[in-house]
Amino acid sequence: MIDDIRRIAADAAGRIRGAATLDELATLDRELLGKTSELTAFKRQMGGLDHEAKREVGGALNGAREELQAAVADRRAELDAIARRVQAEAERLDLTEVRAGRDAGHLHLVTQAIEELEDVFVGLGFTVAEGPEVEDDWHNFTALNFGEYHPARDMQDTFFVDLGAPREVVLRTHTSPVQIRVMEEQAPPIYSVMPGRVYRNEATDSTHLAVFHQLECLVVDRGITFGHLAGTIDMFTKAYFGAGWNMRLRPAYFPFTEPSAEFDLQRPDGTWLELGGCGMVHPNVLANCGIDPEEFSGFAFGFGLDRLAATKHGVTDLRELASPDIRFLEQF
Amino acid sequence: MKVLSSWLHEFLDAPVEPEAIAAAFDDLGTPVEEETRLGEGLDGIVVARVLDLRPHPNADKIQLVDVDAGDGEARQVCCGAFNMAVGDLVPLATLGTTMPGGMAIERRKLRGEWSNGMLCSSREIGLGDDHAGILVLDAAAPAGAPVAEVLGIVPDVLWELEVNPNRPDAMSVVGLARDVAAKVGVGFCPPAPPAAARSIGEPVTWASGGAGGAARAVLGDGASFGVDVAAPDGCGRFVARVLRGVDPAATSPAWLQQRLSALGMRPISAMVDISNYVMLELGQPNHPYDLDAVAAATLRVRRAGDGETLVTLDDVTRTCTPDDLLITDGEDRPIGIAGVMGGASAEIGPGTTDVLLEMAWFDPTSVSRTSRRLGLRSEASARFEKGVDPAVADVAADRFCQLAAEICGASTEPVQVDVRGTLPERPPVLVRTARVNALLGTDLTATRIAELLAPIGFAAEPVGDDHLVTIPTWRFDSATEIDVIEEVGRHHGYRNIPNRQLTEPRTGGLTRAQRERRGVRRLLCGLGLAESQPLPFLAPGQLAAAGLDPVGIELVNPLVAEESVLRTALLPGLVAAVAHNHARRQLAVGLWEIGHVFLPAPEGQVLPDEREHVAVVLAGREAPAAVEAWQVLAEQLRLRAPSVADAEVPGLHPTRAARVLVDGAVVGIVGEIDPTVLGRHDIGERVAYLEVDLGACFDAPRRSDAYRQVSRFPSSDIDLAFEVPDHVSAIEVERTLADTDDLVWSVRLFDVYRGAPVAEGRRSLAFAVRLQAVDRTLTDAEVAEVRSRLIAGAETAFGAALRG
Repeated sequence: MIDDIRRIAADAAGRIRGAATLDELATLDRELLGKTSELTAFKRQMGGLDHEAKREVGGALNGAREELQAAVADRRAELDAIARRVQAEAERLDLTEVRAGRDAGHLHLVTQAIEELEDVFVGLGFTVAEGPEVEDDWHNFTALNFGEYHPARDMQDTFFVDLGAPREVVLRTHTSPVQIRVMEEQAPPIYSVMPGRVYRNEATDSTHLAVFHQLECLVVDRGITFGHLAGTIDMFTKAYFGAGWNMRLRPAYFPFTEPSAEFDLQRPDGTWLELGGCGMVHPNVLANCGIDPEEFSGFAFGFGLDRLAATKHGVTDLRELASPDIRFLEQF
Repeated sequence: MKVLSSWLHEFLDAPVEPEAIAAAFDDLGTPVEEETRLGEGLDGIVVARVLDLRPHPNADKIQLVDVDAGDGEARQVCCGAFNMAVGDLVPLATLGTTMPGGMAIERRKLRGEWSNGMLCSSREIGLGDDHAGILVLDAAAPAGAPVAEVLGIVPDVLWELEVNPNRPDAMSVVGLARDVAAKVGVGFCPPAPPAAARSIGEPVTWASGGAGGAARAVLGDGASFGVDVAAPDGCGRFVARVLRGVDPAATSPAWLQQRLSALGMRPISAMVDISNYVMLELGQPNHPYDLDAVAAATLRVRRAGDGETLVTLDDVTRTCTPDDLLITDGEDRPIGIAGVMGGASAEIGPGTTDVLLEMAWFDPTSVSRTSRRLGLRSEASARFEKGVDPAVADVAADRFCQLAAEICGASTEPVQVDVRGTLPERPPVLVRTARVNALLGTDLTATRIAELLAPIGFAAEPVGDDHLVTIPTWRFDSATEIDVIEEVGRHHGYRNIPNRQLTEPRTGGLTRAQRERRGVRRLLCGLGLAESQPLPFLAPGQLAAAGLDPVGIELVNPLVAEESVLRTALLPGLVAAVAHNHARRQLAVGLWEIGHVFLPAPEGQVLPDEREHVAVVLAGREAPAAVEAWQVLAEQLRLRAPSVADAEVPGLHPTRAARVLVDGAVVGIVGEIDPTVLGRHDIGERVAYLEVDLGACFDAPRRSDAYRQVSRFPSSDIDLAFEVPDHVSAIEVERTLADTDDLVWSVRLFDVYRGAPVAEGRRSLAFAVRLQAVDRTLTDAEVAEVRSRLIAGAETAFGAALRG
């Protein structure tokens, strides 16, 4: 009997290992280990055996069952793996064929420059102020100490807007009118920067734009000196351009600052970049905004940022900045 | 302003290296724009005699010239100028010469003919700007002699300086010399020409407040000449003299011509050259009249009559207004526009022997207005506008007469008429030492301040620790303490002011709107779109072409007509941007812009209604793509009850457009660009479009950002499909469902169906509603109760019918 069991078990194990599908394995499982299987039949025949024989046959039967159950489990695992593999093959994708339907989008060069510069100044403890692009004469000129016939008005070619009295409304020629708006609305201390679009009635070419952007910095507080102006420009220069950069101030003239200066930046290679204008806020300007120039003093500096933005990326023709061409816009 | 080193040195008591002068100019706020070394590189250039001239066989614009460079040998040169004749002496750059500009002269063929050198123009040898022809030299020069020797050229340096409006003194050689001398620490020698006439009248000070009026002086022959200042507010001083016996044939000497040329003025005649020379040297514009052409030998200064005309030296008829100041003669006929340009009628000419000389001070504002209105800028007006030194008139007259005597043999009548009008009050200014240091961030002593000011003519008289400073007559720009402080800073040197750090504690940062604007930028980039920054100017008709209200605010003085209207919306610019790309076969571009638009000024306000808009343009996409962009934008900004309401919108597709609303208020438009507009722009693809008033969104009500507790219990999901009339907004239905009960966690429109069995004019809207309570699992009865209220609500509000 034990020999029979062993023979049956060996035969069954062979069939289990040969099962080709999970269905076939399930059928074999029922046939070889179920209630109607030959091994189960042996169990019923054990009733007539003596105690010793029972124990032997029982042991053999249990051994055979365990062996076959293990064989079924192994085969099931093998067949599962094969099935998953087949399924996976059916789902195969070539990932090199994938292309995004859209990209991450593009911030304009000038916007990138403005945000970077704002971040530098915010880091230095400044706020950001804004104002309108169409301005009245008061904010753009008169409050900034440009007399009505002051020759300095000729320094800024102005677009006049067909509103109000003749020459009363202009496209702002600089971001300085925002200084006036800030000082009119806010008592010192003032630590603000003012980025924005400005307009000059000048023919455009590769290095000049009629519509461009400036960023201006205004500080009004007690005890502010020309030395603070120089120190702040120097700190900004190093924060934005890098530690190897230096700056210098040269006397200049602007109606709204006195003393006034141009500031140039020195690149690490020693060459100079003429960047912008600056100076101590003129006492008349402070007074025009209701700030006592004997109590408070301040400085301002400003510069155009289109050229900075363009130069950073090697754009040699500034007119490209207004280009709507996607081949330009998607590069940045 | 241009200046020569040699000319500057006439007023310096010690030689200064060109490098030091240039550095001083930069430090003083008259930066060097261009430096030219003159008289260098002329070694190989010699005097040559023209032997023969003949046409070039293969070229019209050059001729062949045989010249003798002193060795008797004829050498052929090709030359592009035709102004010389056989026998003329001309400068020849011989083979092997390196020209001042760096060009090497070599033997070469031009159109098949050999050229053995180059004949030179004035400009090519650095003598001035004249490049119209070859420089023809004085007939006495020996052939073969170095040109530099013959012309008396000594090495010199020419600087072109940028001069700001606050530096009237820098418009003269003397003024520049004074400033440089103070900076580099050499002595300044003010010019002192021998007095050529007896001055009458008091010395000029800034406080001169004359009443004008007429004065006459008797000349040697018993005749007289006079000045009548009838407009004392416009003419602060008028000095006149008479010169006799001017040799009409005299020409100004080479040195003078060279200086004028170097400074950019064309030599014309001896009298005119002297006039210009005095102006450049001393900054005093002046005018020599032909005495015989001035009726009654009288110069009168008065305001013009309205519409009064005269012909100026440039032969243009000028029409004046009462703002303009005229010079008239004894019969009151205009003979010049004061401070701007002389008239043609009393101009000195080839026959002039007697000269009536004007040295005047005209009001800067008056000259500025006239010159600006007439569009007539002259060297004289540029100086009067900044403010000429009213005290220099005598010195300038003396200098003029001195040069006229030397060059033209003129003698000066020993009388002068000097009439005073109104000069601005120039009281001394208190300059506080503490204030100087407080503004500059310096630690200068009172003594040091006075030392810095003295060499530039600001006389500082101590008052305690401060000074009472008298502003020099040549600094019309300066009137207040701060002006003097700037001078102290300039001469102390900006580089000597130590950097200081801001130390006040302060907090910086962006405002909420600024942070949110950045968020919107990132969001739009996240949609895969590129930011575009088109110009805010439109062409006339561009608004109409974009289907919008054609009225926009116009510029008075646009650069070009195509850029003369301010945009009222971002739409025209972005449609043009799509058209630009479409024309280049760049289809399906997606762009965005944040920028200002300019709507008509509200009642009672001068400035326009200026707003910040955001727009998204999606070529190759249909309207829903733009609506989705609006929805994510509204989500980003947490706008309360964002919505769209189908409507006909100018510029957009008649049946694919909507207004965009926040909490019931319109903030923008969304849809597709009107096919008619697309057709006008040759755009052959659909274009979805969204434009929203960003400022209005920043100010709009927001959804609460308070936490809404997430339930730990299972939710109950129910789907409800309603038949709803087409005119009912799906958003309204959805919102009504969502507001039915607090148990409604979310409502989502997941299907829209039109067609049988749904009736014509209606559609089926299917919503997935999730119900949820934070504290329990809802019972079937609770769900059923809410469901019936959801249905009833939609049916009551919208005539909706639940579909089986």
